[in-house]
Amino acid sequence: MHPAFSVIFLTTLIGAGQGLFLALFTGQLYASIKLIEPQGAEFYGIGSVLSLLLLIAGLAASFFHLGRPERAWRAAAMWRTSWLSREVIVLPLMMAVVFFYGVFHWMGWTAPLFVVGGGTLPIDATFLLGLIGILVAFALFVCTGMIYASVKFLEEWHSPYTVANFTFLGMASGFMLAAAFSAYLGNHLVGFYGTWAVVFTLLGLATRGASLLRNMTLKRKSSLQTAIGVRHRVIEQKSQGFTGGSFNTREFFHHKSPEFLKQVRLAFLVLVFPVPVLMIGLAYVMESPTLPIMAFLIQYTGLLAERWYFFAEANHPQNLYYQSIS
Amino acid sequence: MTQLALVIDLNVCVGCHACVTSCKQWNTSGWAGPMVDENPYGADPTGTFFNRVQTFEVGNYPNTETVHFPKSCLHCEEPPCVPVCPTGASYKREDNGVVLVDYDKCIGCKYCSWACPYGVRELDEQQKVMKKCTLCIDRITDQTLPEAERQPACVLACPTSARLFGDVHDPDSEVSLAIRERGGYALMPEWGTKPANHYLPRQKNRMHISAEELQRADNPLTKEDITVYTGEETLDDVTW
Amino acid sequence: MRDPSVHTDRDTGRTEVKETTCYMCACRCGIRVHLRDGQVRYIEGNPDHPLNHGVICAKGSSGIMKQVSPARLTKPLRRKPGAKRGESQFEEISWDEAMQMLAERLGRIRAEDPKKFALFTGRDQMQALTGMFAKQYGTPNYAAHGGFCSVNMAAGMIYSIGGSFWEFGGPDLERSKLFVMIGTAEDHHSNPLKIQISKFKRKGGRFISINPIRTGYSAIADEWVPIKPGTDGALFLALIHEILKVGLFDREFLIQYTNAAELVIDDPERDDHGMFYRDHTAEVTEGCTDPENKLWWDRNKGQTLTHTKGADPRLMGSYTLEDGTPVKPSFQLLKERVEPYTPEWAEGITGIPVATIRRLAYEMGVTARDQKIELPITWTDCWDNEHDTVTGNPVSFHAMRGLAAHSNGFQTIRALSILMTVLGTIDRPGGFRHRAPFPRPIPPCPKPPHGPEAVQPNTPLDGMPLGWPAKPEDLFVDDKGEPVRLDKAFSWEYPLSVHGLMHNVITNAWRGDPYPIDTLFLFMANMAWNSSMNTTEARRMLTDTDENGEYKIPFLVVCDTFSSETVAFADLVLPDTTYLERHDVLSMLDRPISEFDGPVDAVRLPVLPPKGECRPFQDVLIELGARLGLPAFTKEDGTPKYRNYPDFVVNYETSPGSGIGFLAGWRGEFGEKFLKGEPNPRQWEQYAANGCVFHHELPRSYQYMRNWNKGYLHWARAHALTRWAEPITLHIYSEVLQRFRAAAQGKWPGRQPPDRLRKRIETSFDPLPYYSEPLETQLIDKTRYPLNALTQRPMAMYHSWDSQNAWLRQIHSHNYLFVNPKMAIAQGIEDGDWIWVESHLGRVRCMCRYSEAVEPGTVWTWNAIGKAAGAWGLAPEADESKKGFLLNHLIGEELPANGSAGSLQHLSNSDPVTGQAAWFDLRVRIYKAEQDGAMATEPQFAPMPSMPGQDARRRGRWQAYVAGLFGKN
Repeated sequence: MHPAFSVIFLTTLIGAGQGLFLALFTGQLYASIKLIEPQGAEFYGIGSVLSLLLLIAGLAASFFHLGRPERAWRAAAMWRTSWLSREVIVLPLMMAVVFFYGVFHWMGWTAPLFVVGGGTLPIDATFLLGLIGILVAFALFVCTGMIYASVKFLEEWHSPYTVANFTFLGMASGFMLAAAFSAYLGNHLVGFYGTWAVVFTLLGLATRGASLLRNMTLKRKSSLQTAIGVRHRVIEQKSQGFTGGSFNTREFFHHKSPEFLKQVRLAFLVLVFPVPVLMIGLAYVMESPTLPIMAFLIQYTGLLAERWYFFAEANHPQNLYYQSIS
Repeated sequence: MTQLALVIDLNVCVGCHACVTSCKQWNTSGWAGPMVDENPYGADPTGTFFNRVQTFEVGNYPNTETVHFPKSCLHCEEPPCVPVCPTGASYKREDNGVVLVDYDKCIGCKYCSWACPYGVRELDEQQKVMKKCTLCIDRITDQTLPEAERQPACVLACPTSARLFGDVHDPDSEVSLAIRERGGYALMPEWGTKPANHYLPRQKNRMHISAEELQRADNPLTKEDITVYTGEETLDDVTW
Repeated sequence: MRDPSVHTDRDTGRTEVKETTCYMCACRCGIRVHLRDGQVRYIEGNPDHPLNHGVICAKGSSGIMKQVSPARLTKPLRRKPGAKRGESQFEEISWDEAMQMLAERLGRIRAEDPKKFALFTGRDQMQALTGMFAKQYGTPNYAAHGGFCSVNMAAGMIYSIGGSFWEFGGPDLERSKLFVMIGTAEDHHSNPLKIQISKFKRKGGRFISINPIRTGYSAIADEWVPIKPGTDGALFLALIHEILKVGLFDREFLIQYTNAAELVIDDPERDDHGMFYRDHTAEVTEGCTDPENKLWWDRNKGQTLTHTKGADPRLMGSYTLEDGTPVKPSFQLLKERVEPYTPEWAEGITGIPVATIRRLAYEMGVTARDQKIELPITWTDCWDNEHDTVTGNPVSFHAMRGLAAHSNGFQTIRALSILMTVLGTIDRPGGFRHRAPFPRPIPPCPKPPHGPEAVQPNTPLDGMPLGWPAKPEDLFVDDKGEPVRLDKAFSWEYPLSVHGLMHNVITNAWRGDPYPIDTLFLFMANMAWNSSMNTTEARRMLTDTDENGEYKIPFLVVCDTFSSETVAFADLVLPDTTYLERHDVLSMLDRPISEFDGPVDAVRLPVLPPKGECRPFQDVLIELGARLGLPAFTKEDGTPKYRNYPDFVVNYETSPGSGIGFLAGWRGEFGEKFLKGEPNPRQWEQYAANGCVFHHELPRSYQYMRNWNKGYLHWARAHALTRWAEPITLHIYSEVLQRFRAAAQGKWPGRQPPDRLRKRIETSFDPLPYYSEPLETQLIDKTRYPLNALTQRPMAMYHSWDSQNAWLRQIHSHNYLFVNPKMAIAQGIEDGDWIWVESHLGRVRCMCRYSEAVEPGTVWTWNAIGKAAGAWGLAPEADESKKGFLLNHLIGEELPANGSAGSLQHLSNSDPVTGQAAWFDLRVRIYKAEQDGAMATEPQFAPMPSMPGQDARRRGRWQAYVAGLFGKN
């Protein structure tokens, strides 16, 4: 597939946004049961703004993917059948939850509504919003992942790994950002978020690595034989029917060399996984305030490469029909 | 339910591209138009076409087959492009099974094209909406046209009549008959899309000649003197 | 969007449908042009047209884009003072200025020496008018493009069977059982052939394609037989060998309808050796006929006049006539000729296995013999024998330039004609069928002028500009036997060059050999590009100057619809209309569109007004003729005789009262006559009312065996198709050729060739077909240039015409050289690599594409896709010039001067019999190009700038056509 930057940014930005929100609420959850130091309204408020900005940026990027962005509202219509439609519904929902989560924190509307856990766990509005947010965030991960995973023709994508990767990598980058944010604020949550970020990064490594392995040995369903219905070992396309290219040659192929693809894969395998983990580890040891920020930026850059590769490695069966000009 | 479709006879297609441009000229000024061209007189000219003719080579020299292969939307019975459309712009008509795009609803997200294994949808790069073969819906349903002309432009144009058009659900239609009797097949059956369009394979006519046929009593050579005696010496002259 | 099923397209605007005839190629299908508010909405095939029955091809469907092309010329232009030729610097002038300039110049030339004006035209379909203009003007220097198109196919067959393929005749696929296609181009008679091949295959016919390359129609053949280019003659001779050896020939057909049994004098000592023995006491019809005073050898009675009732002649053997003359039936000579041409011999030359050659011969012979068709149609032959049935041997053939465009093509095509004849398939059901006005006498009657005295100041040419020599006296040469025509047609160099040698016009005019000219007028011929061989050099010759700084070809007039490469070299440019903007006739006097069942001609009617100041070329010629005072175009008082072309077409008669005009249909005062009749003032209306086509279906008894069908021949004479109603006997043995050979041997009482050409004539004018390597192959180092290089015609393009067409060019915006991977890998060339293709003339750079569908000794590319930068209204960086390439740069218009040709300098790279350009003889080698950064094809030329009047619209990046409007969004 042709890696469109709109979609690369959309998926990575909202992934980080969702992850950051999940990190914020994870922090709140831990704090509420006194496992970590509680944070003030500012932390959650600004954190939510950051998360919201990422979601908005992702949404904005997605508009560049649309031919007719002014009609984007129509995209909610077919939620019964289309994962894209579902994403279009869930993404604003996510943004709303993050928005209110941030507002409630910022405004200090955190008076407990009721208490559970034998009086140990007071539940306020932000807590409820957070719980809803978890559901929505995971729903959004599923929607985003399923947009790709549900297309059976793209066999590289058509596996549970896709949803897992989107989820883990989104969470890794979100928690990494939370660590960076904490480092920037100078609070004591760098280690907490850093640890979680490392956990999600490693989970991501496991699922992404598994998907890479799977894709390397993928046995394709379609071949030139089934594409044109001729039984012969040797079939070659000589002409795709036109010489100057078409939508079908632009949208479904990366137009880069296999060598370039390998390099991108190497780049993201280095930038997304070992480097940020090492940096976070180092930051833990050195208590550096800049290393976690660097770690996030490097990981995010790596994720851009990962997403580029995600698209580029997917070989659409339609390409069987568009291979040669003469 | 009616399912209109094309049946393409690879046994007679010579790859002339008549279907390609006749489609373009009908549709660019019709319901499905315009079909825009980019860089029409410059480098890398490209444009929207609903139908392409491709060429494949099968086998190695000298046992090579050159296969001309026209391809347009197959109007699947289970069109994977339709459910993925977030706006409902892509739809399959109830009355005749034709898969269409409503340009007014299309947001140009291209998702439907990802969900088509055949590569037959093309984004209009100027109008930014997805376009595709309509089976010339504005011809085939136009009751003011004479019945013989209520056919897709490509079918009327095709010089080898390699394109048959009709209802593949009607077992007695020309297309159903052709599929049944001539081994009509669907493309990429592995995906379960159930394309309504079918293809008819190449067929070979061979000739067998037996030895008896070469040497017959009425051979015209028997009407000629096989040899002529011109006075040379023979055994009759020198032996006894 | 509105529901498309409830809305009618025709409600969108004011809808009209106009019928006319297509001209996106030479096929000439009937079309219906649908207009919306006066603009073209849609062009479809006319279902009622006898040629295309409603179908239309890729080109025909793209006529709209021709109309809106930025390559359109719209104003008369003059080369800017001071600008150099070829730079394409022009200024607008008015038509009146242009006509005045032309009339003044041509008037002066005509008064001094008319042959200094040369008029050559491309694939124009108006040779009836252009030829007549040239004759009226008095110049011998006229021809159309046939010399570099396929004259071998015309001449080779017409000199053998009185008809040929494409417009002249073709395979009767409706009834055929076995169809063999050899070296066919997909651009002639294309829709009818596509329709027929499809039907043929569907009803179970067997289709064999013999071709070095498997594309186009060959793709759907039941069997592909790859053959080395230029060796088809060897194959045919081996097939004939095998058919004769096994006895699979049609004896009865050969005796009755060919000269197979006729006795040829066989005494090398005699001057008339090789001529038919003629009984001069026999009563014969004298004239342009094949007099029936020849003899058979009856098995019982010995020598007897041909077609003596009850005679049963021998086909083989050698005999001595009563007067002691040794003779042999010509079939015996054929048998002797093909004796050494065994399948084993042919295998080494053609690359086709012996077993395949044998099988092909058997398939042809057995199908012809065992699947005979008997149609219950009564007819009478020329010898008054009544026949209850028409017999057919259902083996048919089709061939084109794959045979023709070789220097051995004439004899190859003679061999094919003879193969078709021995199988008994000529003008019979399921075989080859003629199209009116064919069959014609062998050779047809019109002759070129016979000497320089035919060219006189201010006088029409004495003779037809082109014709069919039957003997040395028919040649157009001076006392020394040297050419009178600029292109040296009808000279001893190319005696039977019945279509001229347009491909040598520029070189000859530039060199001043045989003489310099003043004005060269090119109509619709891209002589600075794909219509010339050795193109780079041709472009240089057009701009070359003498020691005084004057152009060696002083004045060049180009009339075209589009800014072709040639337009850049013009001194005067005349903008022609498109086919949708003018009246045209597809005339019986030129190349009509007749069917097997009878004569058909057609017209074009304007559907749209001419763009800008475009004028139909015919109108221009008629006005020019009047301005020059040419007799056919002026009244006695010197005023113009015709208002315009439509007026001319209706009123012109070949001679006063002849009743023959440009159109055959609806003649006579009320349109009640056809073929021959008085002018009908309402003729155009009657064509318009009948789909622009006239079709006369012959009675079934006149549809077959027309060479010998008494009823048909008399009908043809009554309707002025022919002067003679004599049988047209097929020439297995060509006495016509023998006459020229006898002259070369000094045995002909009349004209004889110059000594330097005697050997060449003696060899090439063999009365029986023979095989020899193509001339270029004989002259160059075959080990250095081991490959044959060919072009093929893509079905979506017509020659160079369609690169300006926004839709068609997307299918072929550039071209590759197709190579067999085995050969390429051996040279380290990978698929898609940039490579050099080198011939003895130079080299071109291009990209290569592997193909398993090409014979390994052959490389090929699509014809005329490559363009010069900026030509045809394209951007200078367009694919056509940067990635496309033209093979013509490598093909010599003249033979390499070295080698055995010795003193024969400056001989055209053409067939020595017909002057057919031998562009398929090209030999090349290929090697990998150094892959440096920005690659483009070579050679490149300075971009041709846009001209005044060319559409400045330059719509930029987008073009969205909606019935004449752009950019509806």
